[in-house]
Amino acid sequence: MTKKQKKMFARILVSAALLVFAYILPIPSSFRIFAFLLPYAVIGWDILWKSVRSILHGQVFDENFLMSVATIGAFCIGEYLEASAVMLFYQVGELFQSYAVGKSRKSIAELMKIRPDSANLERDGEIQTVSPEAVLPGDIIVVRPGEKIPLDGIILEGDSFADTSALTGESLPRGISAGDEVMSGCINQTGLLRIQVTKPFGESTVAKILDLVENAAEKKAPAENFITKFARYYTPCVVVAAVLLAVVPPMAGMGAWADWIERALIFLVISCPCALVISVPLSFFSGIGRASRSGILVKGGNYLEVLSRTETVVFDKTGTLTQGVFQVTAIHPDQVTKLQLLEYAALAEGYSTHPISHSIQEAYGKELDLSRVTQYEEIPGHGIRAVIDGHDISVGNGKLMEQSKISWHACHHPGTQIHVAVDGEYAGHLVISDQIKPDALETIRALKTEGVKKTVMLTGDAEVSGQAVAQQLGIDEVHAELLPAGKVEQVEILLSQKSAKGSLAFLGDGINDAPVLSRADVGIAMGGMGSDAAIEAADIVLMDDNPWKVPEAIRISRQTMRIVHQNIVFALVVKGLVLLLGAIGLATMWEAVFADVGVSVLAILNAMRLSAKGNFLPGNRKKSGQ
Amino acid sequence: MVKTFSLTELDCANCARKMEDAIKKIDGVESASISFLTQKLTISAEEAKFDEILKQASKVCRRIEPDCKIVG
Repeated sequence: MTKKQKKMFARILVSAALLVFAYILPIPSSFRIFAFLLPYAVIGWDILWKSVRSILHGQVFDENFLMSVATIGAFCIGEYLEASAVMLFYQVGELFQSYAVGKSRKSIAELMKIRPDSANLERDGEIQTVSPEAVLPGDIIVVRPGEKIPLDGIILEGDSFADTSALTGESLPRGISAGDEVMSGCINQTGLLRIQVTKPFGESTVAKILDLVENAAEKKAPAENFITKFARYYTPCVVVAAVLLAVVPPMAGMGAWADWIERALIFLVISCPCALVISVPLSFFSGIGRASRSGILVKGGNYLEVLSRTETVVFDKTGTLTQGVFQVTAIHPDQVTKLQLLEYAALAEGYSTHPISHSIQEAYGKELDLSRVTQYEEIPGHGIRAVIDGHDISVGNGKLMEQSKISWHACHHPGTQIHVAVDGEYAGHLVISDQIKPDALETIRALKTEGVKKTVMLTGDAEVSGQAVAQQLGIDEVHAELLPAGKVEQVEILLSQKSAKGSLAFLGDGINDAPVLSRADVGIAMGGMGSDAAIEAADIVLMDDNPWKVPEAIRISRQTMRIVHQNIVFALVVKGLVLLLGAIGLATMWEAVFADVGVSVLAILNAMRLSAKGNFLPGNRKKSGQ
Repeated sequence: MVKTFSLTELDCANCARKMEDAIKKIDGVESASISFLTQKLTISAEEAKFDEILKQASKVCRRIEPDCKIVG
């Protein structure tokens, strides 16, 4: 609690004690009003003072003023206990609200902790501590173990582990070494690093994240706008109703003045729309905060609302559902063993720098003894002929086999096929293809259980490989061989097919898909802070490249919207009901206090469920399967 | 021109909403938004009138919540 809050807390305790004494002590009835005025003054003097100031400013619908009128009115009609208690509870509610809001603000501030305070700049062999803004691209910085990496860059020297949890929500540290790119905001855990800076601080990952989160609260969702509009009319309406209630029925001879004035005072107590005005934005704020903790950056409450209605999810293929890295996915030997086949292929490709050679060598995984290769010839567009351990080896595509008059056969696996022949005899083939991400299958399944009606994959790749991936993952629709413009066209078609209430989300890795990201109802860019255009165009940015974050984001958005709706309905129903009962004389001041303060407190507690620590949503996993 | 300011001593969500409404009505303001949770005021307005608008906005805020101040 802050100092201000502690002071208020003390006042509440004193006032409550005085109130209890005033209630239980046998005080002569002519002094009772003073006994109750004492706790009232202790708890309410600032409200009274504020209401004087606001009435001088012409603010008739100020909540302090209305609360003062209500309580003073209650004193006038002899309801001393009620008058003091209403003021007391009002302050309890205010204190709670300020405490809760402070707590939520802190959760965002915690995210702000990724902001680095300083950088160790290496200049002329000396190390100076400077502010991160002072470091320029090309400069070299030193990051000691336990320090935050202050700027984006490439590691020149050093091996370490980086804790990326503040950025990605991924708790497993990532091994990093020379040549790797590192993001600012990660924590260097074990080794000393020398890093060459690639971007100025203003464009660094940290600066971008902070900017994004700080501005998120400004984009208001329709639910928030509804509340704003509602609040604009609610207080004046209730106050006018209170005045009418106090004056009209008694003038019409329908009962005693005191009775109707009491009913009017009940109205004044409920006249603040606070419960709604605070709890709805707080729910969105908590939802956005909860998402950031998982490495999902949402640019505004409005996107959570749209995301919660997701009906169609469209994926880019390469780099999104697949790794975008080519790997040997099948080894089919004829005559020889798998290992032999791979060994011959790796040796023959040993001198080549082609990406395919690289993936074969990676699959082989052992040191290559290139002295075993005595002759070597690369035939462009076909493959390689080499002599290894005295055997004639041909490694290449079908054309090479044709050329060498070797009988070969094609494979049914999708991907690039590399055929191998030993001494003019066919020895089998390897299939190289893009790998599906480990979490992709589960992502699609989770989306289905979330009630997403249609999953679609768009790819620039060949029909065969597109179909293969889609089939493996259980994706409903594939559109292959698309140029970037074609992807936009497909999204347009899909947008026209979905229902009016549902929305379409697009997930891409941000390379070449900025137009699609902005065309979709919700554009989600993954891979953290890769491309600036993508972050600009996207509505939601995933800090890592795990597609699993999409169902998680949808779940968070739905939970947020559920809480928003609960709060709206709950507050409206309770307030409406108490107003109604108050008007017909069935509700007392006590119910009115509940409708005002009680509803606020409950709605705030409900909103805070979202950001509570350990809020793992149903069906959520703590960690990715990697 | 869009500028963001911090608000101090902004204690009441409904007041923030009222201030937002009132600032929007100031002559020359294209749009304005107050986030009670981040205690931030964003005003988008013509550059030439900005100082005058800011002065008026401060006045509006004081009227609604006397302790509230706009800081840079």
